[in-house]
Amino acid sequence: MTENESTTNDPIIICEDVHKWFDDFHVLKGITTTFKKGERAVICGPSGSGKSTFIRTINRLEEHQRGTIIVDGIELSNDLRNINLIRQEVGMVFQQFNLFPHLTNIKNISLGPIQVRKMSKRAAEEAALALLERMDIADQAYKYPAEISGGQQQRVAIARALAMEPKIMLFDEPTSALDPEMISEVLDVMRELAHSGMTMLVVTHEMGFAREVADRVMFFDEGVVIEEAAPADFFDNPQHERTKLFISQTLQH
Amino acid sequence: MENTAITQEVKPPNTKKGPVKWLKDNLFNTWYNTILTCLGLAFLFFVFKGVFTWVFTQADWEVIPANLQIFSIGPYPLEQIWRVSTVIYGLAVLLGLSAGIWNGLTRQITVAIGCIGAIILLLPFHIPVREHALIATVILAVSFAIGRNKDNWKRWVVVGWVLSFPWTMMMLHGFGAGTVSTTMWGGLLLTLILAAVGIVACFPLGVLLALGRRSQLPAIRWVSTVYIETIRGVPLITLLFMGSILLPIFMPGDFQLDKVIRAMVALTLFSAAYMAENVRGGLQAIPSGQVEAAQAVGLTYPKTMLFIVLPQALRAVIPAIVGQFISLFKDTSLVSIVGLVDLLGVARSVLGNAEWIGLQPEVYLFVAAIYFVFCYAMSFVSQKIESDLGVGKH
Amino acid sequence: MNNNTHKVIPDKIPFYRDVRFLKVFFQILFVIVVILSAGFFYSNMLNGLRRQNLELGLSFLIDSEAGIEISEGIDFDPSETFLKAFWVGVVNTLKVSILGIFCATVIGFFFGIARLSNNWLIRQIASVYIECFRNIPLILQIIFWYAIMLVLPVVQESIRFFDSIFINVRGVYVPSLEGTAGLIPWLWYFLSGIIITIIVVLGLAAFRYFFQFRERHEADRPSFISNIIFGAKWVAAPTFLMATIVGWLLTPEVPFELSRPELQGFNFVGGINFSPEFTALLIGLAVYTSAFIAEVVRSGIQAVVKGQREAARSVGLKESQVLRLVVVPQAIPVIVPPLTSQYLNLAKNSSLAIFIGFPDLFQVGEIMMNQTGQSIPIFAMIMVSYLIMSLTTSAFMNWYNHRITRMGRST
Repeated sequence: MTENESTTNDPIIICEDVHKWFDDFHVLKGITTTFKKGERAVICGPSGSGKSTFIRTINRLEEHQRGTIIVDGIELSNDLRNINLIRQEVGMVFQQFNLFPHLTNIKNISLGPIQVRKMSKRAAEEAALALLERMDIADQAYKYPAEISGGQQQRVAIARALAMEPKIMLFDEPTSALDPEMISEVLDVMRELAHSGMTMLVVTHEMGFAREVADRVMFFDEGVVIEEAAPADFFDNPQHERTKLFISQTLQH
Repeated sequence: MENTAITQEVKPPNTKKGPVKWLKDNLFNTWYNTILTCLGLAFLFFVFKGVFTWVFTQADWEVIPANLQIFSIGPYPLEQIWRVSTVIYGLAVLLGLSAGIWNGLTRQITVAIGCIGAIILLLPFHIPVREHALIATVILAVSFAIGRNKDNWKRWVVVGWVLSFPWTMMMLHGFGAGTVSTTMWGGLLLTLILAAVGIVACFPLGVLLALGRRSQLPAIRWVSTVYIETIRGVPLITLLFMGSILLPIFMPGDFQLDKVIRAMVALTLFSAAYMAENVRGGLQAIPSGQVEAAQAVGLTYPKTMLFIVLPQALRAVIPAIVGQFISLFKDTSLVSIVGLVDLLGVARSVLGNAEWIGLQPEVYLFVAAIYFVFCYAMSFVSQKIESDLGVGKH
Repeated sequence: MNNNTHKVIPDKIPFYRDVRFLKVFFQILFVIVVILSAGFFYSNMLNGLRRQNLELGLSFLIDSEAGIEISEGIDFDPSETFLKAFWVGVVNTLKVSILGIFCATVIGFFFGIARLSNNWLIRQIASVYIECFRNIPLILQIIFWYAIMLVLPVVQESIRFFDSIFINVRGVYVPSLEGTAGLIPWLWYFLSGIIITIIVVLGLAAFRYFFQFRERHEADRPSFISNIIFGAKWVAAPTFLMATIVGWLLTPEVPFELSRPELQGFNFVGGINFSPEFTALLIGLAVYTSAFIAEVVRSGIQAVVKGQREAARSVGLKESQVLRLVVVPQAIPVIVPPLTSQYLNLAKNSSLAIFIGFPDLFQVGEIMMNQTGQSIPIFAMIMVSYLIMSLTTSAFMNWYNHRITRMGRST
């Protein structure tokens, strides 16, 4: 059993019967689940299973069409204020980093705090520097994203999300676009973040990371959660045929 | 022992450089290139011979210096000329300060303009013209010296540039007894004003139209699309004619709009549609992940556009935008059809004068040279910006 | 475990924060603004028309005699209608545009390729040509050429080439093909040639579509359209040529004869005469546009990345094969869209004819406005004419881009 001293019983994300269609294609077929404050959930599944779409609904990059999602007591609805509030509460890290190429790394990080949280420029940049320090790349602050390695870019992207002081962090395949030797530096940062008690939803294929850090592993297939369990149970004693197949395929390489 | 022989530096064969080698490589490397070179030389010989004979023996260049004032300012009254020079001095101050504060391209452009001033000084112009050129050049140099390393002035200089626009208009127009109505504006002065107004005004309008055409809201998207496609589908002179013929019908009875302003509006509305398409090209090149990342950070739509999307999109299409500005500059020559006396208009009026009849080639070549210098300079600057920013390198 | 899920009852969303409401609201607001301003202009227009005692309508086009002279184009008499007059202008616009496009393409490709020559001198000449002609306003160039046309020698002292092309102050005279009595019978063969070609192409396409690829899976089977294209590519030209040549042989008389301009009295007779206005406009349009086309061609060829050429050489293609099989096929899709927009620009720029008095559709329209005062309907006609040209072109472009992107995906 993983230690989860930071996990409390307060739910922070509540999803009930979440449905989503892309035109006629039913991507999410009724997801019902709850994430508790401080929980680290790893979401895996084959491509096209809806796992990315699911975490993107949580900060409204995708709109769900049926069901309810409540994040930190705020319902995701068509209320403009709620959407803006939730986006401030939820940080997101993308597969392709999506750093702003025309801004230096420190400007990438301080843009949100200055424009959204209305921090002063100086305070925001100090905070950004502190974050870069925490990510171990303080010396790259005044470079442009194109001038640093992929692993460093992804760490800047994590710092950019953390700069908004979110309560929840979403990771959408954060290591998939990285060269193998850079994966570990990003995973180290995520591990550190996990130990600091951040609520994290991570879509990833890094099963080692899942086993080590996660409180729960969810397996998505064709828009539904087929299986969810603590990592030990999930990996050593999978219940479902699809899960077994997936685990054996993923662990092969 | 043998090892040292191997490591000895081996020179590549045939590294000879020099004019002969260059000629051989670039002009005479194959038999057909040799023929081409000979043909080209013969062609150049005849062209140059013809042009030189005409320019130096047959052409009558008297018409140019005699009408220089008309070419530059048209019928603008001479006793109010101080207005024009004040404007030039003001712009010289701003330009000098900017060159001092910002390095790189701004400074190069300024130096180039300073050189033009110095050249005017040396050419056999009238004394007052050379005086103004001298003063402007000195002002440019002095404000350059003042502006050096004054980083904290940046904001004020930008404000100055923004204000320079209405200030120029007011200054040229004047007020009270000394008013110079726009009908008296002409020549190169009018051409430059029309182009500047068009460039400044079509830019924001074009950006808005481009955003409108990519909007998620169908009504806004449709209206923008119809506007852009309609304007791009018709020639500019239909718009100019509409301004002069249809506008009086579509406006309330007593409404009167200045001819120059009508032309400005037509030019702006026309260029905005093309600008919108250029900007849209840039917008399409921005990956959707950029918008998503901005939203995830919590930026609202206007801020996402302002801080994330537009800076990248515009940068990607700088060459196209400058190309658009060059076309706009050339297009100003069409306003003579609705009775304005821009550079081309004054050229035609000079040729209408019995004294200068039959000198079309001389006058038109002179005017063409002026247009060429401005357009070529703009495209040169655009290439510089392109290479400085490394557009397309990422 | 799910027991302590405390449900948060969402507040009712106030309308001013509801995204759905805001979207609709902004659109309605926008449409209302557009409609209001349109209405404003419309009511002003009605007032303006009342002031000028004009009625809006198109009946003036056919009701009265035009009473205007048109200096060139298809035959037109002042007693004919305004509609006919406008049509003369349209035909003139098309004539100068099509000829201009042809010349501009030839010159433009020539200089575009010369710009990429490995001969330094040729490269420099080409770039001077390009930079000069695209950085000088077109209208200035047209006026300049017109001024040159007007100082050419008089008819008797024409500049002549091979005794068949004559250039003088009245324009340019070139030989032409004129139909003879044999033309009409031959035209029937010509028409039947076209019909036979269509039948053969459709028949082949139908055959291939229904029989040849029966065994293939539905999705793999080429569409009927692509079968037609296949047929057109392989059998259309031979069939058509055979029909017309057989027709030529069967016709008793030669259908065409060469008509050469000849000096009779004070003017030339025979051949085709391009007026000074037409010639100046044509040269201006062709030269100006060719400079842009040259740039389009150059950048299109340069867009074929070096790696492609190297790959082609590495599989052992000769230099000429590299060009023909790799560079050109890849450059064409890059070149066609900007090339089309240059063609469109040329057609729109032909409206500058008004500066030198060539009766294109814009100039004829302007004369009609002065004559009738019906500026609104005539303006509408002018704009619609140009819009038809550009919308057909963009429809073609969309179709073409669609095809190209499909090609890109399938490879």
